[in-house]
Amino acid sequence: MSTRPAPAHRSPPAWPSGTAPRGFAALAAAGAAVLAVALGAAHYMEEHGHVVTGMGNQVVWGLPHVFALFLIVASSGALNVASVGSVFGEAAYKRRAPVSALLALALLAGGLMVLVLDLGRPERLVVAATHYNFRSIFAWNMILYNGFLAILVAYLWTNLERRFVPLSTPVGILAFVWRIVLTTGTGSIFGFLVSRQGYASGLVAPLFIAMSLAWGLAVFLLVQGALARWHDAPVPEAFRLRLRRLLGVFVATVAYLTAVLHLTNLYWAKQAAFERFILVDGAPYAWLFWAGWAGVGTAVPLVIAFHPRLAGPRATTIAALAVIAGAFAQLYVFIVGAQAFPLEIFPGYATSSAFRDGAVAPYVPSLPEALLGLGGIALAYLIVLAGARLFDVVPRGIDAPAADGGG
Amino acid sequence: MRVIAAGLLAFVLAGVAWAGSRAPVLDAPRGEKCVEDAATMRRSHMDFLRHQRDETVHRGIRGARHSLAGCVECHANAKDGAVLGSPSHFCQGCHAYAAVKLDCFECHASRTRAAQAGRPARSP
Amino acid sequence: MNPVDTSRRAFLGGTAAFAGVALAPGILLYEYAAAKAPGEAVSSAVRWGMLVDTTRCASGCTACVDACHSEHGVPKPARPTDAQWIRKVELKDLRTGAVRSAPVMCQHCAEPPCVDVCPTGASFKRADGIVLVDRHTCIGCRYCMMACPYKARSFVHEPTAGQKTDTPRGKGCVESCNLCVHRVDRGGTPACVEACADAGHRAIVFGDLNDPASEIAQRVRAATTTQLRADLRTDNGVRYLGL
Repeated sequence: MSTRPAPAHRSPPAWPSGTAPRGFAALAAAGAAVLAVALGAAHYMEEHGHVVTGMGNQVVWGLPHVFALFLIVASSGALNVASVGSVFGEAAYKRRAPVSALLALALLAGGLMVLVLDLGRPERLVVAATHYNFRSIFAWNMILYNGFLAILVAYLWTNLERRFVPLSTPVGILAFVWRIVLTTGTGSIFGFLVSRQGYASGLVAPLFIAMSLAWGLAVFLLVQGALARWHDAPVPEAFRLRLRRLLGVFVATVAYLTAVLHLTNLYWAKQAAFERFILVDGAPYAWLFWAGWAGVGTAVPLVIAFHPRLAGPRATTIAALAVIAGAFAQLYVFIVGAQAFPLEIFPGYATSSAFRDGAVAPYVPSLPEALLGLGGIALAYLIVLAGARLFDVVPRGIDAPAADGGG
Repeated sequence: MRVIAAGLLAFVLAGVAWAGSRAPVLDAPRGEKCVEDAATMRRSHMDFLRHQRDETVHRGIRGARHSLAGCVECHANAKDGAVLGSPSHFCQGCHAYAAVKLDCFECHASRTRAAQAGRPARSP
Repeated sequence: MNPVDTSRRAFLGGTAAFAGVALAPGILLYEYAAAKAPGEAVSSAVRWGMLVDTTRCASGCTACVDACHSEHGVPKPARPTDAQWIRKVELKDLRTGAVRSAPVMCQHCAEPPCVDVCPTGASFKRADGIVLVDRHTCIGCRYCMMACPYKARSFVHEPTAGQKTDTPRGKGCVESCNLCVHRVDRGGTPACVEACADAGHRAIVFGDLNDPASEIAQRVRAATTTQLRADLRTDNGVRYLGL
């Protein structure tokens, strides 16, 4: 890299002396500290067993899975900008493809870390890598996740190494197709669970794709804003406004598919009790659904995205934060709420037992679980931070209006 | 070069001799002989067990020659009926000596059936 | 198979059948008709199953539960994180008010959702229909617990102690009723079935559903029985009478 002269139309890959962003060590230390605490929490869970978490035999997947699913789904969506650049050839997006791909890589790595460290036997990862049950969507997802990581590395490479730039379009198209399949697979982890009222729907996969578009873009907007401030390289107004509008469209899509999912359930008598639990009287799930997801996660960003007087950068940041908060609320309801509702094993009977048959299962997340989840975010943060420091991924200098293409 | 090699060899031999002098004294097993000769068992018991575990778990083959329960029944300490617990207990003692992690007994019973039932630990 | 083995098996079978006839005429015969020698591999000619007669199952009686947990070295369950291989469910028909009681354990499905979803293949179905967890390859992801329609599986949340020789169990893996596979492989009956009979209820019948002469096959032929969540078409090996 160092032996080749940098092309004049692009910022040089190496940092010119004195222009490197300040405070890297402090920022990295902060992230590393959170990650270290999270690894300590995971070790504590591993030593004592999951008895130190809020999870049990009724709610078997809890807060770590909310974090992991958020990160994995958002990872796919963080690639939106790269996809628009590589698949649809939009120049302004193409310039930001490296950040987009780096963020996707970071989020996926963070999500997988949480998922793996929550396993009962994390040291047996090699078993998971050598024994595949191809009827299991989970096994397929391991291939999809690892494949996505590999494709993202290749995509970053084709973007950053001048010689390989022509390859970035085909690799970008592969990444685009792969991420759609990957999110379908992630949604199907739940969609294929025939026995639980909250899942078992073909709609879950498209819903997850819509979620990935919205959540990933929200994270991208936050990271883009932060990197711009760190590098003192402001995001062009026009580009940010296009992403803001796009965020609104994606949030509306999630709202539409979520509504369809619940409306179909409401039509089926056998699902009535479950829907009543999630939408009306299941505390805290109904509250999280309406106030958290519908209010904060949907209404707020929709208003910001389409209200002409809320077009400033700060409003866009608030919209992105609201989408992320809503995402956590929605995932919590979707993952924990659906498990808390009692399985209907004896239709037509009222049941009771020492194993909480017929009763709503309690779940209170414990501190180690929350710390582990935050560790996933910390890892993603560190990867983005290090990536932005090591590689020339942040567009700087003039973003010529002509470069924005025809969109 | 040759000097280095000779030095290394001497170092390794000294190490072996030193380790050999500290070979663990293990609980005496029950019965006349093991299911295989001692050298074979030392080298391959883990392979026998791994093979047998799949035969038993997946194909339901019980009472076979190479079973972990069989190891415990013969090699348990005559008093407490266990293969773990001190450097002279059979499995623990040798695994500690060889510095090989022993994780069978995180899940498997490390005591004889008799000891589990509170009877005298081991039949002679 | 060499001739020595064959004759040995025939001899064992003959002796066992004779013992069965001599000791408990009419009750134990079916077991021996299908019994395999302990050293023989399980075969798909056999489909082990249970019939729970809810009209005989006594409300409040936990003989089967206690026997199961003591057989397998599972501590008496007290907290939501404690393993339960079998539980007694009290039932009340919402329309008629009819009251029933029944044990619920792994239903040993012919099409087990837990086996479908397991990423490593640790959750598997033996040739004779018994659904098991191979704890050597279980990574503790709990996806099988999400998939099971019967909440039959438990996760081991803590380090274990006092394991039984025939039931290895340890922290970080998922476990469930194994139909007392160690007894069945040696020609025996699950602990819960024995305990229920000892308590005088005889509400659980165990046997080979594929053997037309077995008691369980005759009873499921004679009366209408149900499989839990039959809508899922998992074709359970455990059937219920009187629901």
